[in-house]
Amino acid sequence: MGILFEDGNFSLFYHGFLQTIELSAISALFALLLGGVLAAFRVSPVPVLRAFGTGWVMVFRNTPLTLLFFGVVFALPRLDVHLSSFTFAVMALSAYTGAFVCEVLRSGINTVPLGQAEAARSLGMGFGQTLGTIVLPQAARSVLPPMSSIFIALPRNSAVAGAFNVPELFSTQKAFDEKGYPIFVTFFWIALAYLLVSFTVSAVFRVLEKQLAVAR
Amino acid sequence: MTEETVSDTASDAVATGPLVSLKGVDKHYGALHVLQDINLEIARGEVVVLIGPSGSGKSTLCRTINRLETIDSGSIAIDGRPLPAEGKELARLRADVGMVFQSFNLFAHKTVLENVVLAQVKVRKVPRAQAEATARELLERVGVGAQADKYPAQLSGGQQQRVAIARALAMKPKVMLFDEPTSALDPEMVNEVLEVMRSLAAEGMTMVVVTHEMGFARSAANRVLFMADGRIVEENTPDAFFTAPRSDRAKDFLSKILTH
Repeated sequence: MGILFEDGNFSLFYHGFLQTIELSAISALFALLLGGVLAAFRVSPVPVLRAFGTGWVMVFRNTPLTLLFFGVVFALPRLDVHLSSFTFAVMALSAYTGAFVCEVLRSGINTVPLGQAEAARSLGMGFGQTLGTIVLPQAARSVLPPMSSIFIALPRNSAVAGAFNVPELFSTQKAFDEKGYPIFVTFFWIALAYLLVSFTVSAVFRVLEKQLAVAR
Repeated sequence: MTEETVSDTASDAVATGPLVSLKGVDKHYGALHVLQDINLEIARGEVVVLIGPSGSGKSTLCRTINRLETIDSGSIAIDGRPLPAEGKELARLRADVGMVFQSFNLFAHKTVLENVVLAQVKVRKVPRAQAEATARELLERVGVGAQADKYPAQLSGGQQQRVAIARALAMKPKVMLFDEPTSALDPEMVNEVLEVMRSLAAEGMTMVVVTHEMGFARSAANRVLFMADGRIVEENTPDAFFTAPRSDRAKDFLSKILTH
């Protein structure tokens, strides 16, 4: 069981771990921004924007993540877009996760009584002000539990990037395998590391839930 | 700045016309013809009360005036300016039209004070300190000054509705729309809200009030409009309307609500 602490293995493992965290954190940020914009599109009064939001969700939520990685990593270079594997991975993960974030936000927006938005509009607030200062803050609380599911799934989904040249946590398994370590021991440590990430994410969301509960 | 001056002159130029004018307004909800050829002019300082059976279109009519409901045909003008389509222009116009809802619709995540401050700062760009002073003054005036730091859910219905009135007044509106403001209140709280509305009327605020409170209609209205099936069936002074209704629909309606 102690393979992690011999033969410089820890450094390899640790770098994979950091890469997973970095990839997940950056993708989470973009997914949140993208999801926010898409959700605003989906509830906006402009039909073109609504159609764009619906289309995005339909395409990216229904495509297997691996297929999406294939699309980004192999199709974009053909269009003369040459970026690092890491950037490609961020793009695929953000586009995919953003679709889920959008839908969670939209469900949250729908829990806020219509009268709140009507009151804001009747005071002369525009669409953005109404959404940003009245509707979304009230949607936030009901959105947190499903949002935490999404952001627990994200680091685990990021394992797909390992197959596309990103040396993240799961891909360290190959190196350990080549060194001849028993596969179950390797997997034990990797699973433990993912568990650590998931627990941290869910703890953060629990704190957020508590804080927003007080703010009412 | 120039634009400001121009629009000021423009509003001065029409200052003698009606404040609210509806011409040939029609609206359908699917097969239901909720507003049928509505023609209505409301003068400055006038208090118009809309009454009628439920489903007669009175709330819808009230909500078309700040375009919370769109119309199929006809035209609506506020202070001589036609209602623009959704966008910045409409938002600016809505700021001049106060609205009070049946279900209060106070912002649940903001304190009472913040409810009254918010739009002043966000829409009118009033400095925060000044907006707070205005808010406290208005809250005092509607009798809920002591509740300024509470959240709406901690207030009674009557208090919430008075805050909602203060919130609308903070925008210094030209006209106030009341959409059944006392219908969701416990009976003992109806009067505290009506009192505030009465004092507003007495100060010369232009008001459109959809209500089932016949006492208020009698005492505060300049004009009563009776609606049924999407039409304005009868309009008259409150005295004339309540003592001698002309149409059968109005007679029938009044006999039902005044006999108990």
